[in-house]
Amino acid sequence: MAATRDAFGHAVLELAKDDPRIYVVDCDISKSMKTVDFARKFPKQHINVGIAEQNGAGVCAGLATVGNIPFLSTYAVFASMRACEQVRTSICYPHLNVKLACSHGGLTPANDGATHQAIEDVAIMRALPGMTVVMGADYNAAKALTKAAAYYDGPVYLRYTRDSVPDFYGHDEVFEIGKGKLLRSGGKVTVVSFGEMLHEALAAAEILRGEGVEIDLIDMSTVKPLDIDLLKESLSRTGRCVTVEDHSMIGGLGSAVGEWMAENGCGRLIRIGLNDCFGQSGPYEVLLKHYGMDRESIANAVRKLLLN
Amino acid sequence: MRQRVANVEKMARIIRQEAIKMIYKAQSGHPGGSLSEADILACLYFDQMNVRPEDPHWDERDRFVLSKGHACPGLYASLALRGFFGMEQLNTLRQFGSILQGHPVMQKVPGLDMTTGSLGQGLSVACGMAIGLRRRGNDARVYTLLGDGECDEGQVWEAAMTASKYGLGNLCAIVDHNGLQNDSTTCVIQPQENIAERFECFGWRVTRIDGHDAWQILNALDEAKRHPGQPTLILARTVKGKGVSYMENVVAWHGTAPNEAQFEIAMQELEG
Repeated sequence: MAATRDAFGHAVLELAKDDPRIYVVDCDISKSMKTVDFARKFPKQHINVGIAEQNGAGVCAGLATVGNIPFLSTYAVFASMRACEQVRTSICYPHLNVKLACSHGGLTPANDGATHQAIEDVAIMRALPGMTVVMGADYNAAKALTKAAAYYDGPVYLRYTRDSVPDFYGHDEVFEIGKGKLLRSGGKVTVVSFGEMLHEALAAAEILRGEGVEIDLIDMSTVKPLDIDLLKESLSRTGRCVTVEDHSMIGGLGSAVGEWMAENGCGRLIRIGLNDCFGQSGPYEVLLKHYGMDRESIANAVRKLLLN
Repeated sequence: MRQRVANVEKMARIIRQEAIKMIYKAQSGHPGGSLSEADILACLYFDQMNVRPEDPHWDERDRFVLSKGHACPGLYASLALRGFFGMEQLNTLRQFGSILQGHPVMQKVPGLDMTTGSLGQGLSVACGMAIGLRRRGNDARVYTLLGDGECDEGQVWEAAMTASKYGLGNLCAIVDHNGLQNDSTTCVIQPQENIAERFECFGWRVTRIDGHDAWQILNALDEAKRHPGQPTLILARTVKGKGVSYMENVVAWHGTAPNEAQFEIAMQELEG
């Protein structure tokens, strides 16, 4: 168990060892973003702009124009909303090599309540031309994807969890930005998830297996650009899809998959996510259950699709 | 010095003429700020800045961020006159497929160091450039030009704190203090009469000058280089629409193109 934000802190330490172009621009939450060690070990590659995310985004843009690879280190609500227009105009429009490292994606800052739970960020970031949107499902995935993002052309939005999530992938698992992973196949329904919701989807798969139902399970760690080939491979067989995300149903993974399915006349879809509402404080498991995003809700969605 | 002053005065006159020609041809654009900034741009591109038009991405070059991106006709004219691209491009301002977008785009325009147009963002970018350059031992300088109305934006002051915190002596910001903004005078919309004092409070070295006096501009820019540990703010008092009598100090000429008769008058006055 580890929070994927820890993976960010460790990944940038490893990156900076071999590459003086790697910068971390913190916004007064370096303890939370796990970049304290980075600041100590690489002071010449670290900047802390204070509680000023808009400025931080601009400083990253400037660093990128002179050949660096800066990571803006903050929470998802701030990078995607407080600094949204700076990200759009100073980073995406000139397609600068800035990485937005954002913890507290989704409901995982469970006790913090809705102010700190980013449930719109993926929708916002997906809409920005040239932006890549990535979230690893566990520590190893998040770390590998962070490293891959550093050398991926252009702006990348990296979403992490505040809270610990189970380990799933081995430390030598290879991840490629833009490529999902088909973890189970041969099922009658395709379940697509990203980020830590993969673990709920895996638990749902086990529940269903107990009932003799197999599913296709995809870890879509890159939400944009979507791995169309993988979707096609699974959905052409199943024609039924459940998307699972710790995000609003509007504009995130469910929308991305649904847009593709509709345009390609491909089957039926049920979206699991927040149904146009804010979160609240509470234990993460309680929140997932309350908002109909837990393993039972996922299993129910699969059962519903199998009925007709 | 006299030679330098004469040279930039000549270039400023041409920048003004070209900016007005572009805006007239496009029947769209921002003449007021393009005229108020012309002397400053002439001093930067024809005296101060170390650039290579034949190698626009040369790593050692000084950088310039036009934070008040809407005033790009003046900058486009400066870059073309400096030789970054052909003068004939100036006729394409704001047209479909042109490298000269309504607000400047760095990938399209040779010699342009940053995409701008949304006010308040340039000083942060300039800070990032200045930190990045200095930390790898690159002696290039970073210049940025802001509007006084633009200083309404909170991000300007966030960036001012960063520049001061990191002692960015390789950064020089200039405020084109013409006293007018889109809706009215700055005094009516959001008073900006204490910009200098505010930057001083934020830890900057501040110089107050007449932004149409080339001698003063050059002196201020020369002096800024002698303070490696502190960013410099040059508060340049200017006249919006400078050089075209009917545009001077008139709010309406912020973002309006002249008609044919007005264009003729403007060109006559700018020939002087």
